[in-house]
Amino acid sequence: MTKPVPYKRERPEGHPPYLYAPYVSTIKRAPKRALIRLDHTLSEVTGPGFASGWAGPDKADLTRQYAGEAIGARIILAGRVLDEDGRPVPSTLLEIWQANAAGRYIDKADQHNAPLDPNFSGAGQLITNERGEFRFLTIKPGPYPWRNTYNAWRAAHIHFSVFGPAFATRLVTQMYFPGDPLLPLDPIFNSTADAEARNRLVSAYDPNLSEAEYALGYVFDIVLRGRAATPMEA
Amino acid sequence: MTLIATASQTIGPFFHFGLGHPEWTDLTAAGPTGARIHIEGQVLDGDRAPLDDALIEIWQANAAGKYDHPEDSQDKPVDPKFHGFGRCGTDASGWFRFTTIKPGRVPGPGNTLQAPHIDVSVFARGLLKRLVTRIYFADEAANDADPILSRIQDPNVRQTLLAVPTGERGPVITYRFDIILQGEGETAFFEI
Repeated sequence: MTKPVPYKRERPEGHPPYLYAPYVSTIKRAPKRALIRLDHTLSEVTGPGFASGWAGPDKADLTRQYAGEAIGARIILAGRVLDEDGRPVPSTLLEIWQANAAGRYIDKADQHNAPLDPNFSGAGQLITNERGEFRFLTIKPGPYPWRNTYNAWRAAHIHFSVFGPAFATRLVTQMYFPGDPLLPLDPIFNSTADAEARNRLVSAYDPNLSEAEYALGYVFDIVLRGRAATPMEA
Repeated sequence: MTLIATASQTIGPFFHFGLGHPEWTDLTAAGPTGARIHIEGQVLDGDRAPLDDALIEIWQANAAGKYDHPEDSQDKPVDPKFHGFGRCGTDASGWFRFTTIKPGRVPGPGNTLQAPHIDVSVFARGLLKRLVTRIYFADEAANDADPILSRIQDPNVRQTLLAVPTGERGPVITYRFDIILQGEGETAFFEI
């Protein structure tokens, strides 16, 4: 049995804290006791693999899941999943979910008074290719109000779930759009102290990715934890 | 090259349609080897209010103590009918419920063996990043020598990691494992 190779520790300023009072829901849900530091064992450096296809078929086109086409501005959302050392993360499951163009989720719990689109679920998934690349076709989501504080609005965003190679690399995040005036006011976006880490959550408009007469292109790369240096590599 | 890692963000309240896969609550559907178990529990906040918008994911070894992953180099068989990953959203009363098999023991630090356990991720609205904990089994003799459990000095904290048999009759043991995010009885969470 070879020894498990651990992953790098996360930089505290590179992620949000559990307790972040401007996001009111954290107040009753953040643990009070300090976390117990766990050196990675075999249980943390392994994790579910998706290359065999057991997670089901890719659903990379969110605009044509029903009889009609979804309403809204079509966007191509493409990027790579990498680790901190720039290595691609192939064959991992990416799931996305989002509100429709009017800022309404299909979720039953969303009671925002904006129209549902019968031709848009807002859910997609795919397995990254051997270069860690992904490409979705979807609709630009609308911003929507939430009850965090009076007259608060979430910046337009798309939720991303990604596994990576190990239990330790599991990440759920949100992707934002450049130039959104709600970004400086959004406490979820601003919960990460480090500006560079925050800005990585903002996709980039890429005219070369756009398709003429059809869809706008946005690039979003996702960077997962890399491996800690090992004596072999030193 | 060192890239800045992507920051975590909350799963939010409206993920059920995007992270559906209700079939992933049953890890035994393909008929793996091992003793069937149910694991169920409630996710509670600092006011003991149940979370109806939490998502629990689990990752575990098969009955022989082997992970279905290329970095598990142990000379043990992979079970082609068991991949070891599960996911369950909590219901309106904060409950989750998995059907799985009891995992075997896997190596720990040094030459130790870990007691049977399951890695757990907790996602929810109000959690800007996941919480990580572990499910151990209260009726498992190997717990006393477990290298992770034995590092937790406070028995009340250690106890929060133990799933307890409910005594429900039937061919399958049901274990109860509540996850208390905050306050009295707060679950032990790990920084990994």
